[in-house]
Amino acid sequence: MIRQPQQQLFRFNGGVTPEYHKDQSTRVPIGVPPAPTELVIPLHQSIGGTPRPIVSVGERVLCGQRIGEADGDVSAAVHASTSGTVVAIEMRQLPHPSGLSSLCVVLQADGHNDWIACSAFDYEQATAQEIRDYLRDSGVVGLGGAVFPSHLKLNAGHQIGIDTLIINGAECEPYITCDDMLMRERATEIVRGVALMRRVLNAKAVCIGIEDNKPQAIAAMQTAVSESKEDFAVTTVPTRYPAGGAKQLIRVITGIEVPHGRRSVEYGVQCFNVATALAIYQAIALGRPLISRIVTVAGNVSNARNFEVLIGTLMKDIVALCDPLADTDRVIMGGPMMGVELASQDVPVVKATNCILLGSQKIFPPAPPEMPCIRCGECAIACPADLQPLELYWFARAKLFGKAQEYHLFDCIECGCCSYVCPSNIPLVDYYRFAKSEIWAREKEKALADEARERFEFRQFRDEREEHEKVARLAARAAAAAEAKAQSAADLAAASAGGDSGGDDATKALIAAALERARQQGGEIAPKNTGHVSAEQLAEIAQIESRRAEIREQAKPQLPPDS
Amino acid sequence: MLEAILVMSLGAVVLGAALGYAAVKFRVEGDPLVEKIDAILPQTQCGQCSYPGCKPYATAIARGEAEINQCPPGGEEGIRKLADLLGREFKPLSAEHGVEKPKAVAVIDEQTCIGCTLCIQACPVDAIVGAAKQMHTIIADQCTGCELCLPPCPVDCITMEVLHETVDTWKWKYPVFPLHPAQVQS
Amino acid sequence: MLRVLAALTPGIAAYAWFFGPGVLIQLGLASLTALLAEALMLKLRDRPIWRSVGDGSALVTAWLIALSFPSTGPWWLVVVATLAAILVAKHLYGGLGQNPFNPAMVGFALMIVAYPLMMSRWPGAGAAMDIGQAGALIFGSHSVDTVTMATPLDTLRTAMHGVETKLSVETFLQSRPDLHAAWKWIAAGYLAGGLWLLQQRIISWHMPTAFLVTLIALAGVSSAIDPSAFNGPLFELISGGAMLAAFFIVTDPVSGCTTPRGKLIFATGVALITWIIRHFGGYPDGIAFAVLLMNVAAPLIDMYTQPKVFGLKDDQGSRHD
Ligand code: SF4
Ligand code: SF4
Ligand code: SF4
Repeated sequence: MIRQPQQQLFRFNGGVTPEYHKDQSTRVPIGVPPAPTELVIPLHQSIGGTPRPIVSVGERVLCGQRIGEADGDVSAAVHASTSGTVVAIEMRQLPHPSGLSSLCVVLQADGHNDWIACSAFDYEQATAQEIRDYLRDSGVVGLGGAVFPSHLKLNAGHQIGIDTLIINGAECEPYITCDDMLMRERATEIVRGVALMRRVLNAKAVCIGIEDNKPQAIAAMQTAVSESKEDFAVTTVPTRYPAGGAKQLIRVITGIEVPHGRRSVEYGVQCFNVATALAIYQAIALGRPLISRIVTVAGNVSNARNFEVLIGTLMKDIVALCDPLADTDRVIMGGPMMGVELASQDVPVVKATNCILLGSQKIFPPAPPEMPCIRCGECAIACPADLQPLELYWFARAKLFGKAQEYHLFDCIECGCCSYVCPSNIPLVDYYRFAKSEIWAREKEKALADEARERFEFRQFRDEREEHEKVARLAARAAAAAEAKAQSAADLAAASAGGDSGGDDATKALIAAALERARQQGGEIAPKNTGHVSAEQLAEIAQIESRRAEIREQAKPQLPPDS
Repeated sequence: MLEAILVMSLGAVVLGAALGYAAVKFRVEGDPLVEKIDAILPQTQCGQCSYPGCKPYATAIARGEAEINQCPPGGEEGIRKLADLLGREFKPLSAEHGVEKPKAVAVIDEQTCIGCTLCIQACPVDAIVGAAKQMHTIIADQCTGCELCLPPCPVDCITMEVLHETVDTWKWKYPVFPLHPAQVQS
Repeated sequence: MLRVLAALTPGIAAYAWFFGPGVLIQLGLASLTALLAEALMLKLRDRPIWRSVGDGSALVTAWLIALSFPSTGPWWLVVVATLAAILVAKHLYGGLGQNPFNPAMVGFALMIVAYPLMMSRWPGAGAAMDIGQAGALIFGSHSVDTVTMATPLDTLRTAMHGVETKLSVETFLQSRPDLHAAWKWIAAGYLAGGLWLLQQRIISWHMPTAFLVTLIALAGVSSAIDPSAFNGPLFELISGGAMLAAFFIVTDPVSGCTTPRGKLIFATGVALITWIIRHFGGYPDGIAFAVLLMNVAAPLIDMYTQPKVFGLKDDQGSRHD
């Protein structure tokens, strides 16, 4: 089925039309910054588990070499973005609103940029699991900002097939133009990536949604599609923030609303960002893992533009290329609506960095102080998730988290529309973020407490059982002793009557019983409570154990006798 | 007169029957009080409340034998929740039972540990792995920070390490506006 | 809020044109009181004064009080009502945004319960008096008994008792086409201001529409059934500040409902209760009580009329459900 570009579109409720400022950074083509000398590559760059480092300090790595191995299925590998030497694996500050640090691989570039041997991945012959593992190990994640590991989404429809594959080129946030520029300059590769994805997903139709304020990108994509002879539809969607939200775009193109907590594939739709399509193309067709991305530098700079940045390049190096103005006082990762303010520019570019936005008092004047909510309902009109932000605000502010959840706090996509329209200048999203992280923390705490309770109760139960057993054992022993006594008395009598041989037997039996007991006790010395220890921990214990055995040998005379 | 009495009593009977029916039909199987209290307590099982564990303390509260402010790990928030649940007055944490501390986990210095198993016997939640004459280690995820393993250790090799905030445990802060001192509260 | 004040001016102009400048004096009195009271409370509550006073919310309350009070009432009437509105109904409940009741209506209800007679000292005769006369009336020291200026409308309103009253008001208005016309113009003034607010998207269409439609429907049906006992729709619309209520009073966002369906229910409820009080109650006008009663119900209505959130609407199903 070929979808015409003029297909029927749907609308989502709410939304706003802020000033876009996109032309700032679309005047010059995507640039390539000078090769950095030092790269700081955080291991944790996607949703899910933190990859384990698989290189060691001092090791020479090649460009594209895996340096962090995915931890479990919900995780994605990380790779060296250039060739060089690992100089440290240590805690470095992350581009995260907290300004906290996490484990990073620090790479000293050697300037040669030697690649690993790359070869195309024959996905046609591969099983679903192999494709999944391959993409996971290529580190492909959603580049729209959510950094959800792509292999999880690509696998989902493999057997069933899906109705529509949506490629998100809407890019609705002000200032950000990385997808726009990518579509203008690399449309052919994107289209090839989309074709790959379509085959993997077995999708009936493909729709590339682009907001109508990017005519050049639309034209480029249309040309690329027609050259490729694919039947993809390039759909122009009306410009309205947040049309680039995955759920909003799915709604606009297919009319389907995917509720919170459901996956779009359950509704026969899957949505990928254009940059992700390119990354998938590079991973599958060229065998190159994800080591760079397009980053927009905009805001308070005199030369805003896009760069293709190696993951791990420090933000300040990229910013310096754009001549930031003197009154810059803030750096935001992402756009003005959903971005997060960073503590410093001394952090690496990661897979989630779509934009480095510099702020000043002039372009983003500090919000006037928060006034009381007058319940004007503007926020409810603007909310694309059809929530009642004012009620959520009230509950989050009063820390009535249960109520906030009843009012669907977790359906909030943190798009910022409500804060944008609020006449009382209430930073509504800040309250929701606060409430959400508070609720998560509490749930985690609760789970831990429940687990502790269980373990405590089990322990009590075990203690009790052991107590019972001990009592029973003692009783049994006493009974046995009494019996033995009676027996030996009888034996004695018998012996006195008929010679010594019986007494010998009794002694033997007693010794045998004692040996048996000792053996049992010996058995009990086996490590307790080791069921839930991982293999590494066991290995570690064994290692330390041997080390300590020596120490114990030396220290033996002083030690109190063990039980 | 008679009619009035009849009508009223009829009404009373009907309504009473309806209420009774509703009480049976829509009965909510509530947690017994002890369970509810226990759900609020942090399950550290440290015994600082002077009961041998969270559940016994919960039972004592439910029976009215204990105050609600005896659990230091639960802290102020815990007391508030208990006060809410039980409709009692909030009280600050009672000093004789201890002070609220940041969450910490126990760490065994493996070089010093002699493998005496005393700490294993003390740990209420089986968070310590080891066996006689073998090195012991603590599973940080399962340690509740109760400190019960500290005193029994003959070589003092267990220390408490405060858990620091990481990117995973970091929380968005409550929006605060310095210009409005009056709004910060609430 | 300032635009709300602007939207009130056509109505005020018509009022002053037909009934003399008394209303202007009342407006001034109420505004002054409101601003002072607001500033005082903000100071006591340690809040930034200028910004909060500047939002005009206190002025809106004051103007609504002044406009719903008889323009020739004694000066202390509006002053006390405004004080009650700002001090008690607004700030004691936590200030702007926190008040569960519409402050202006609290002031009105308080005064009509406490001084029913005073509250019915409406200007009469349709003749514009000059500012001196109005001032004398407002600031004059006559007690209730010595009021000799009782207008025919006043007499009628104070004499209101159930059904009879309506009849007499009707007959009265018929006998006084000039008064009828005056109220029509004033209502038209409010209507114009209200429509402008709608166009400015300050208020949504839900409340005024629901309120007016309900009132018209009730009046239409009841007067068709028994024309002698009930007023016709037109009378309902122009009397007792129905227009003022429709666009400026029920639309108070703070104390009303916020969900779209909630707004419809809220305004319908206000209209219904107003009509019931007007016809079966002892007070000449029931808008204040109706608004207050619905204010109490607003949180509940809001809770039950939450719009369906994204993805949970009925009109679509999951493919693999
Ligand atoms: S941030 Fe949340 S509540 Fe606010 S408009 Fe967006 S989805 Fe709605
Ligand atoms: S937009 Fe702001 S003031 Fe209006 S209802 Fe929402 S939170 Fe309240
Ligand atoms: S390891 Fe120590 S501090 Fe941790 S739970 Fe066990 S006894 Fe308590």
